Amino acid sequence: MSSKTKQILTTDGIPLEVSLKKAEKKNKIKAFLLVAPLLLFIIITYVFPIGDMLMRSVDDKMVTEMLPKTFKSMEKWDGQDLPPEEVFEAFYFDFQKLIEDEREGKLSTQLNYTKNGFKSIIKKLRRKSKSFEEGNYKEQIMSVHRRWADVEYWRAIKRRAPAYTYQKYLKGIDMYENEKGEIINVPEDRRVHRILWMRTLEIAFFVTVFCFLMAYPIAHLLATLPMKYSNLLMICVLLPFWTSLLVRTASWMILLQQQGIVNDFFVMIGLVSDDNRLEMMFNKTGSYVAMTQILLPFMVLPLYSVMKTISPSLMRAGKSLGGTPFVAFWKVYFPLTIPGIGAGCLLVFILAIGYYITPALVGGASGTLISNQIAFHMKSTLDWSFASAMGLMLLSGVLVIYWLYNKLVGIDNIKLG
Amino acid sequence: MALPKYTEPHYRIWHYVYLTICSAVFFFLVAPLFVIFPLSFNAEEFLVFSDGMKRLDPDAFSLRWYQDMIYGTKNPWGLAAKNSFIIAIFATIGSVILGTVAALGLSSRHMPYKGLIMAVLISPMIVPLIISGVAIFFFMAKVGLAATHAGIVLAHIILGTPFVVITVTATLSGFDHSVTRAAASLGSDPVNTFMKITLPLILPGVISGGLFAFVTSFDEVVVVLFLAGLENTTIPIQMWTGLREQLSPTILAVATCLIILSTLILVTAELLRRRSERLRGINR
Repeated sequence: MSSKTKQILTTDGIPLEVSLKKAEKKNKIKAFLLVAPLLLFIIITYVFPIGDMLMRSVDDKMVTEMLPKTFKSMEKWDGQDLPPEEVFEAFYFDFQKLIEDEREGKLSTQLNYTKNGFKSIIKKLRRKSKSFEEGNYKEQIMSVHRRWADVEYWRAIKRRAPAYTYQKYLKGIDMYENEKGEIINVPEDRRVHRILWMRTLEIAFFVTVFCFLMAYPIAHLLATLPMKYSNLLMICVLLPFWTSLLVRTASWMILLQQQGIVNDFFVMIGLVSDDNRLEMMFNKTGSYVAMTQILLPFMVLPLYSVMKTISPSLMRAGKSLGGTPFVAFWKVYFPLTIPGIGAGCLLVFILAIGYYITPALVGGASGTLISNQIAFHMKSTLDWSFASAMGLMLLSGVLVIYWLYNKLVGIDNIKLG
Repeated sequence: MALPKYTEPHYRIWHYVYLTICSAVFFFLVAPLFVIFPLSFNAEEFLVFSDGMKRLDPDAFSLRWYQDMIYGTKNPWGLAAKNSFIIAIFATIGSVILGTVAALGLSSRHMPYKGLIMAVLISPMIVPLIISGVAIFFFMAKVGLAATHAGIVLAHIILGTPFVVITVTATLSGFDHSVTRAAASLGSDPVNTFMKITLPLILPGVISGGLFAFVTSFDEVVVVLFLAGLENTTIPIQMWTGLREQLSPTILAVATCLIILSTLILVTAELLRRRSERLRGINR
C-alpha cells in the first residue's frame, strides 16, 4: 500500500483537483472574454499608436532610402580623407535617380539639417551634373563647388546612414551630436526646451502645493461637518469639477484681465493705483491661479474620502492623553491622512504636468508648458517626429508617477465624485 | 461645528481663523463660475461690469447675446451643438457598453493579470491629453478616419471608458454574487441573469459612469483639435477659437448654458450616487 492519501474523485470518476482546475480555467477564460473587447480596442487604437509615436520619434529612414548605393559604398570608407571614387560614383547615380523622381530638394533639406551649406551646393550639382561625362565622377563632382571637395561634408552625409536616430531626443533637452560624434549642449541663448521642462515641473509642483494647502482645510471641514451641511458644501466642490474646463478658463480670463474684477477690487481697497493695474493674465500668475482652481477638486476628493474614515474619537483620545489639539492633530490625525495626501498630490501633479488648454489661454509666453510646445510642433512646424519625441519624454515621466500612484494608492482606488 | 463652552480663547480664535480660511477656499472655488452669469446679460459688448449694471439699471441688461447665440448669422453654435450632442451620445453609448462588460470581467475573482489590465484600461485617463491627441491622430489618419464624426466618436470612447470601468467596478465591489448564482440555479442563462438581475442592481454605477463619459466627450477639446475638420466643429472647439481670438459676450451666453447643463448633470450624478450607496447598504 502506498502512503499517499487516496485521491478524492468526483462522481464522473475524475480526480477532484483536476476537475476544480478545469472549472477554474473555464472561469478565467470567461472573465477574460468579457474584458477582451475593450482591451483589444484600447490596444489597437491607443497603445499601438503610442508605439507608433516611438517609431516616428527615432525614424530616420528618409535619407537612408534616398542614397542606398552611396551608403553601401561608404561602409568601407574610414572617414579620414576624402572618400574614394566608388563613393562618388554611387552618389552620382543615387543623385540622378532622385532628380528623376524630383526628390533632390528633399535631400538638400534633410542634409541641411545635419550641416548647413548643403542647399546651395546640391542645387549647383543638379545643374552641372546634366553635362557630366561617364567615368571619373570624383573629379567632376569636386569641381562643381569647393565644398564637395571638403571631407567634412562627406562625413555629414555618412552620419545620415543609420535608419534610426536619437537626435530628436537630444534636441528635446537642448543637446546635439557634433561632427565628431560628441554630445554637447547647444549655445546658452538657444536653450529653449530645458527652460520649458523646468517651468513645467515648477508650475506642476507649485500648483500641487497650493492645491494641497487649500484642499486640506476644506476636506477636513467636509469630513467633520454633519452630513446635511457637508452635502451642501460638497456641491461647491463638485460643481466646478463637472463644469466645462473652457468655461472655467473663460471665467478666469474675465476675472484676471486688466479691467477685470480682481483688479477693480485691488484698486478699490487701494492696493494698486488705477493707472498701475496688475498684469495677471498672459503670464505665469495666470497659469498658477487658474490651474490651482481647476485642479483643486482633484485634491479635495481623495483627501475627503480618507478623512471620512478617520474616527473622531481618535482625536479625542489624543487630547484626553494630554496632547494639546495641535499635538493631537499633528501626531494622530495628520499621519492618518497621508494616504489621501499621496493620492491627491500624485493625481494633481500628473494632471498639471500635462496641462494644455488653460496655459495656452491664460499663460501667455511665460506661462506655457511642455504640452504647448508639443502642440506647436504638431500644428505649426509640422515636425511630427520631434513632437513625438517630446511627447514620449513627457509620457515616461508621467508613467513613473502613474506607477508610483499604483504602488501607493492602487488604480482601483481612484474615486470619482 | 459648535465649540464646547470650555474651549480656551486661543483655540477659539484658531477655530474662527480655520473657518475663515475654509470660506475663502470655497469662495475661490465657486465664485469664478458666478461671474459669467451677470456678464452674459450685459447690454454692451465689453466683458466688464458697466456702470449701469452696477446700479442694477434694467436697461444695462439684455438678452442680445443669447439671441446672437441662437439666431446669429455667422455663428457656428448651432452646428457645433448638434455635432457635440451627436458625438457625445454615441461616445457615451460605446463607452458604457465596452466599459460595463469589461468591468464585469475585471470584478470576477478569476480574472488573470487584473492589475496590469486595469492599468492599461485606465491609462487614457492618466496619460496627458496632448499625448493621447497625437497618438490617436496618427491612428485615425492611418485608417482614414481623421476629420470624420466616426473618428472623433472612437477617440472619445477611448477617453470615456476609464470612467465607466472605474465607476462600475466600484459598484460591483459591493455586489453580492450569490444572487447571480441563485438566478443560474433557477435556470436563467447568463445573458438573462445579467439583464434581469445584475444590470438593475449596478445601474446607478453604469449611469454615473455614462455621465462621466458624456461630460468627458462633451467637454473634450485637445483631441478634437487634432481630429476635427471644419465640418466636425464642436462646442468646445468653438469656445477655444473664440477665447483665443476675442472674448465675446456670446461665448459667455454659451458658457452660462453649459453651467446650467453641468448643474443638471451634477444633481443627477449625486442622486444616483446616494441611491447606489443605499442599495449597497452603505448607510451613514
